[in-house]
Parts: sequence; structure tokens; C-alpha cells
Amino acid sequence: MGFIFTIKATVKNLLARKGRTFLTMLGIIIGVAGVIIIISLGAGAQSLVLGQVNKLGTNLLSIQPGKSDTNGPPAQVYGIIITTLVEEDAQALRAQLPHALAVNALVRGIGSVTWQNKTVDTNFLGTDSSYPDVVDFTMNSGAFMNEAEANSGANVVVLGKTVADSLFNGTGVDPIGQVIKVRVNSADTKNQSLGVPLRVVGVVNKRGSAFFQDQDDQIYVPLSIGQNQLLGIHYLQVINLKVDNADNIDQTIEDATRVLKQRHHILTDENIDFTVRNQATAIGLLTTITDALSLFLTSMAAISLIVGGIGILNIMLVTVAERTREIGLRKAVGAKNGDIMKQFLLESGILTALGGIIGIVVGVVLSYLMAVLMKFLGFDWDFVISLWSVVLAVSVSILTGVVFGLYPSYKASKLDPIEALRYE
Amino acid sequence: MPIIRTENLQKEYFNEGVGTPVLFGVNFTMEKGEFVAIMGPSGSGKSTLMHILGFLDKATSGLYEFEGQNTRNFDKDYLAKLRNERIGFVFQSFNLLSRTTVLDNVKLPLMYSNKTNHDDLAKKALADVGLSHRLDFYTNQISGGEKQRVAIARALVNDPAVIFADEPTGNLDSKSGNAVLSILQELNNKGHTIILVTHEMDTANHAKRIIRVKDGMIVGDELVKNRTFATADGELKK
Repeated sequence: MGFIFTIKATVKNLLARKGRTFLTMLGIIIGVAGVIIIISLGAGAQSLVLGQVNKLGTNLLSIQPGKSDTNGPPAQVYGIIITTLVEEDAQALRAQLPHALAVNALVRGIGSVTWQNKTVDTNFLGTDSSYPDVVDFTMNSGAFMNEAEANSGANVVVLGKTVADSLFNGTGVDPIGQVIKVRVNSADTKNQSLGVPLRVVGVVNKRGSAFFQDQDDQIYVPLSIGQNQLLGIHYLQVINLKVDNADNIDQTIEDATRVLKQRHHILTDENIDFTVRNQATAIGLLTTITDALSLFLTSMAAISLIVGGIGILNIMLVTVAERTREIGLRKAVGAKNGDIMKQFLLESGILTALGGIIGIVVGVVLSYLMAVLMKFLGFDWDFVISLWSVVLAVSVSILTGVVFGLYPSYKASKLDPIEALRYE
Repeated sequence: MPIIRTENLQKEYFNEGVGTPVLFGVNFTMEKGEFVAIMGPSGSGKSTLMHILGFLDKATSGLYEFEGQNTRNFDKDYLAKLRNERIGFVFQSFNLLSRTTVLDNVKLPLMYSNKTNHDDLAKKALADVGLSHRLDFYTNQISGGEKQRVAIARALVNDPAVIFADEPTGNLDSKSGNAVLSILQELNNKGHTIILVTHEMDTANHAKRIIRVKDGMIVGDELVKNRTFATADGELKK
């Protein structure tokens, strides 16, 4: 019996029962689409997370005050303020670490900025001029504060795009050269300062959000302004280190730890009062989590494929029973057992292959729509369809068709033609 | 050489270890070109005999020679091949495939053969039964008489050695029934060998020879003296 001819006849047969064919395939369609969507979402989420990490800068180490378990949260999470990390530490690190391209000291706070009669709340970052060396961004206009301005604590400020827009949009005034007032939001109203007047020297281009924080809703001031005039502290909250090469990260962690231990007069590891964190470790952790989640969800989708396969099994059994007379007739006109077996196997195989193809289309379209939605929501989301997810989904679905089609086909092939012809 | 020769053919059905004998030693010979009616009441064993002769079933014991070959040791696949190439069946209830055209129904046996010119053979067979104008009709769009003619064309399409017609007029009104019988007679005139299984004398009288079966044995074997002839439009003439 010609193979092409059989396929044609089978497809014709399936088309003659469109409703049932579609319902039978539905389980497979959902399963295949599920596998593809989940794998695509997993890949998208991973690229998002990695992109966010990269946005913060690659080969980055961060040193925070307070000892913490390497994988646990920093001490600040518990509300403990540790004041031992100071600017001299940053200077020492700058001088003594051979692989550090840049060492950047940071303090942060929440405040508000005022220009003329407009006031907006924002975050401020007190930092030195090395900040652009550690984090990747570009300037929209003007320049980031230079070394002289930063070191002398000049009254200058660099605005994030959101802040610049909310203050100056529509006024036609160029922010550069304008003087704004910055003050810290404090619950203590008696201590409310009038604000520190600062001259705008630059506006940063849009950076987007990283880890759900708007990187554009912030301003950058010299470290000493942030420490002394805004926050009233003498210590640092973070030191960021840019390492020249990924291979030197471990060495630099070791070096930084040694330098800081020496400076803080610490003899034993138990007494360490700072934490050096590696972003690569964080990436690895995040990748592991998203991989595990993807695997879990993919296996759920695979289970739905098996349920779809059981649907196929049921319908094939019904089909065989319904077509008993036809099977009898085919045998009477010369069909061998193998021919009948082949016919029904082919039918369930085509059913699942077709379901698989529709499932791929549905899965790809839905994944694409989700990627569009994510982009619309402002995430840097990539639309990724991996070939292996398609191959996996289709091969599992065809395998399902063959495995679950086997028993009904076998049953059909073993029918006694005389009994089958008499079947009512 | 006879097409069919049986010697002491016996059939016993076994159900849960209890045997029910159906045929008790049938001796029967048939030459090429014959038109034989196997006649008997229901339960006589005539259907069982037809199934065995048509390779749908196997005898429990006895000899069955088909075209000079002992069929005892033929395996299932070879029997399927024989059904495909050497036997044509016409059933009481037509057994056409639904949602399928007349032409495709007739082509069905060719699917299982290694012949290639399916369309030509099927069209020729349909022309032989006078249905050339119904090729693309679906089987639910034609009359009962036409359905049985499609079934005859299907039996004919592989040019078999024997055509078995099992109560071919049983589901038809007398006029369409007669038209079907006239086609069988016409095919016989063209040289086809036909076995007609029936319980009606009127139908059996269209054949050239009648074999009477009763209680699993042949109780009569005679030539038809006053043969009935049917015309294609369903009329009878003696």
C-alpha cells in the first residue's frame, strides 16, 4: 500500500471529522504550546536578569560594611548601621589593588530637589568622579562631575533623565548651569534644612530600570556633599570595584579583604566588619534559580502532553470501535493485519504531529505577544525561541501519538474480519 | 482443473472449550465460469461455508483446494493476498465507506495490491456495472441498488477468480434486486465465476447451478432447469 496514498486517505479521514479531530488534538496543542511558552519565558527572564546585571556593570565587586554570610543578606537589611567603612578605605584600595580599574565610594539617600517653584522627590547618590568608570551610562548633555569637582566637594549636581525632565520639561530652559536646591527628607521637621544649592553640570541619558529600580530617578552629587551636607555621616555605604578582567576577580576579592583587614586592624576572619560581594556569584545564583524554575514548569507542561496522549488513546479506541465494520471490510478486500495497524498508527501519529505543529504556532505567537507585553511594560525582554524546545515538544508529541496509538491500532489489526463485518 | 474443490470439509466453533460443529464434511467442486447458488435456511452453515471458501475463515479439518493448491498451510498474510487478488466479496449490507466517493470506494482493494493504475481499473469496473455517471458521488447520495452495484464494482476491480455474493439482494426492493442479479448474470456471461449465497429460491434461480445446504451438509446439487433472467432495468424474463 502506497505510503503517500495512505497519508492522503488518513488526512481526508481526519478532515471528515473536523470537530473531533480538533478536540483530540487540543490536549497536544496545549502541551506543546505550554512547553514552548515556558521555555521561551524562561530564556527571556534569564536574558532580562543578565541584562540587568550587566547594566549595573560587569566584573563588578561591591564592598558593604558589616559582616554577613556570603549568600545571606547584608547587615543593613536588619537595620544595623555599621560605620567602619570610610573614604580612606576606598583610597587605600585605589592605591593597593593592581587589578582594580576603578574604585568608587558611594552613599545614598532619599531627598527632594527644587528648581524655582517646582519640587520633586528623588534619590541622591553621593559619589566620586570614578562612578562612570564603574557603571555604564552615557551623558545626555553636559558632563559628569570631574575629579576636581568631586574631590573638592564643589556645589555641583548631575541629574538623571527623569529628574531633569520633571523639573525642566516644557520650560525651554537648558538645565545645564541652573541652580537647584537639594534637601534630605527627614521626619525631624525642626532639623529641616533649607536645602543645599547645587549647579547642574550634566544630565545623564536614560538608563532604564534595573532590578525594578528606576535608574533615571536619581541625582549625583559629590561624595562630601552627600556625606556632610545631606546625610550628615562620615562613613560609606558601598564601595564598588571594577576589576580589569573576569579572571582576576578572585584575586581582587582576596586583595581587597587583606587591605581592609589591615586597615581595620582585624586579625581573625570572625571579626571582619565588611563584605565583599561578587556580581558573578549573583548571576550564577539567579541563573540556577531560573533554570530550576524552567525545568519544573517544563515538566508540568510535559505532563499535560501525556494527558493529551491519554486523550488520543481514548479517541483512538472509540474510533476503532466505530470503524469495526470498515476494518472488517478492509480485511475482506485484502488488508493484512500490518496494513490495518499501519493505518491507525499513522492516524494517531498524524493527529499528534498536526497537534504539535499547531501547538508550536500557538506557543510561538503567545511567547511573542508576551515579549511585546513585557517590552511595553518597560522590561528589557528578549523574544527567544530555542530550537531545542521546538524539537523536544514535537518529538514528545509524536512519540505520544505512537505510544498511545499502539494499543488501539494493535486491537484493530487483530479483529476477526467475520465478526467485524457483522458488527452493528 | 477446478477453481474450488473441497473434500470432507468440517468446521467446528469453539467457545470456552465447548465445540459447536457447523459443517459436517462438505464435498464440493466448482469449475471456472460457473454461476453457483448456495442455498439454505439461516443456520444451515451456508455463510460459514462461504467464509471458508473466501479465505475469511479456516476449516477445522478436511481438504480445500483453490486453483489446484491445498490451502491448509497458507498463512494469514497470504490469505489476505488471496482475498485481495483472487476473491471479490459482495455483502448484503453493501459495506461501503461513508464520506467517501464511489470511485474511492471501488479503489479500496487496489490500495492493498501492487497495481498502479488505480483510477483506470476502478473506472472500468464502474463502467461494467453501469455507474460511470456516479464516480464523484458520495455513497450517501446514491440509491440502495446503486450502492450494491458499487460493491460489485469493488469486488470486480482486481479481476478476481471468484466473486462471492452474500445475500446481495437482501436489503433491496425487488426491482433493484433484480437489476443487481442481472449484472451478476452479465458478469458471468463475460466469464466471471460467481457464488451466490441466498436463502430465497427466486434469487437462487438466477444461477446456473444450485447447491442446497442444510444442517451443515450438502443435501442437493442440481443444474437450474428454468433459469430466471433479469434485465438491467429490473424486469424478469423466463
